[in-house]
Amino acid sequence: MVRGPGPGPFASYGRGMPRLPSSPAFWRSPVRGPWFTSVLGLVLLVGIGVLFVTGLLSYAAYNPGLAGVNDKTPGKGLLGLYLFAWPTRPVWLYRLTQGAHVTLGVTLVPVLLAKLWSVVPKLFALPPVRSLAHALERLSLLLLVGGGLFEFTTGILNIQLDYVFPGSFYPLHFYGAWVFFAAFLAHAALKTPAALRNLRDLRGEHRTQQAQLPDPGQHAGAPRDELTSPEPGPPTVSRRGALGVVGGGSLLLFATTAGRGFDGPLRETALLAPHGGPEPGAGPGAFQINKTARVAGIDARETAEENWRLVVEGRGGTVRLTRAELLRLPLHGAELPIACVEGWSTSDQPWRGVRLRDLAALVGHDPDHAPDVLVESLQRHGSFRRAALRANQVRDPRSLLALFVGGAPLTPDHGYPARVIVPAAPGVLNTKWVARMTFGDL
Amino acid sequence: MRRTTAGRAVGSPFRILLLLSSFALAGYAGVRLLDGRGTEVALWFAGAALLHDLVLLPLYAGADRLLARGLTSVDRRAWTPYVRVPAVFSGLLLLVWFPMVSGDTADRYRASTTLSGDGFLARWLLITAVLFGCSAVLLAARLRRATKRRPPAAH
Repeated sequence: MVRGPGPGPFASYGRGMPRLPSSPAFWRSPVRGPWFTSVLGLVLLVGIGVLFVTGLLSYAAYNPGLAGVNDKTPGKGLLGLYLFAWPTRPVWLYRLTQGAHVTLGVTLVPVLLAKLWSVVPKLFALPPVRSLAHALERLSLLLLVGGGLFEFTTGILNIQLDYVFPGSFYPLHFYGAWVFFAAFLAHAALKTPAALRNLRDLRGEHRTQQAQLPDPGQHAGAPRDELTSPEPGPPTVSRRGALGVVGGGSLLLFATTAGRGFDGPLRETALLAPHGGPEPGAGPGAFQINKTARVAGIDARETAEENWRLVVEGRGGTVRLTRAELLRLPLHGAELPIACVEGWSTSDQPWRGVRLRDLAALVGHDPDHAPDVLVESLQRHGSFRRAALRANQVRDPRSLLALFVGGAPLTPDHGYPARVIVPAAPGVLNTKWVARMTFGDL
Repeated sequence: MRRTTAGRAVGSPFRILLLLSSFALAGYAGVRLLDGRGTEVALWFAGAALLHDLVLLPLYAGADRLLARGLTSVDRRAWTPYVRVPAVFSGLLLLVWFPMVSGDTADRYRASTTLSGDGFLARWLLITAVLFGCSAVLLAARLRRATKRRPPAAH
């Protein structure tokens, strides 16, 4: 067999000067071309759109406009203009939006990488700047690529508790998202029409290319695009095949991630994702824990029957309750999930406890017009040891100060002696080891 | 060409206006992003792009080229996808779940969640073994079919 020219940058030896990445002929993959890039671009257009919307929803779910304790981005300015009172129904709302946000983000990693790979010749293309508009666009691409990778990286690190990024996750991921999205909008506006046109125009040519005719993707007389290699190496995979590999990678990541939003056997399918695998422990408290009592610095003596008191404050005064006294109040059940910003969630758990609206009534508020509440934990440090709930959350009859789950008293790691559980709220707003509740407009 | 030289040097006014408005929004968010450990954040932002474009991409593209050239040199070019695909899948899993697989956050994970942070490396290796194993089975089946189909004279 005659050895064909190799497909690599090093393969040009023996054919004159070695080529630099700035030469179009340096790039040999026959997979690159407008069709491949356009398909990936359109997938990302939809996917990143969903990521952005679900991300903004998650931001709103914390009710950052309600109180300083909920707000990790007090300087947000106009970026918080869209905020609204986060609803309490459907109860799986945050479970769905945040599960979709994280799972989709992980699933899109291969698409993002393939998209960047497909356009890399443009990074080195000469001249580096062709016009003022082109210079601005290249600057914008730095924000687009840097921003996209920054968002994916901080998100993926955060769900694995790897807090190596410079600062608190919330402001970095939130403001970073806006920087990225600003560049993404411009890029989408500039490129989407061409991407759609490419898919229409190139459908026929793609078939030609599949048949490995020598001049792929080129109309006679049409200007050469910057993506298609002028001297493609012999193909080892078709463009459709390459797209299949990208899709397969996404499918694999999806299949090994999505299970962390369910209990039982489905969770076991999340093989490499945190909060995948078997449930912790056994018994009624054997469901996912975000932060153990030990990590939160909860001393068993503080939560012991004889020491722990719940302080409830409202316009009618202050009430101090032992756990035994709480148990004598009307107890109600609610089937509610726990859903974490990290994208994992539990199925509905059978909670039992005192309704928040009843506690508001205890300190002089009309339960149907109950105000907001500030909930404080025994936890000494950690960013959500105090959290505010909005009036609509307090008034919902399924919002509980839970004392039991699955028919047994809460375990220490699930917040014994008492924890908040609110439908559709992000996990960290369901304060554990509650010590004090202050009702009143925040 | 209708456009003048000066016109070409400037480019499309629509594009310029669109990009300027994009920069304005990015700037509004950017000053907030950089408030605090600004230099480090900027480094992460630009570093992510540079690290990807100048390190990660050349590394995996170079590895892929070596693979294709290596197999071509032993006249087995058609085998390339059978190595490439499981390697890509395994590499993606490693890239995304590196903190878990490497065990960097195992202690924090166990302390926070009571779940074991060990075993991620073993599971990744097992998945990798399964991926390459499946690929080997597919290649063997393909070779078998090809041998059957080929008339003996062609050997």
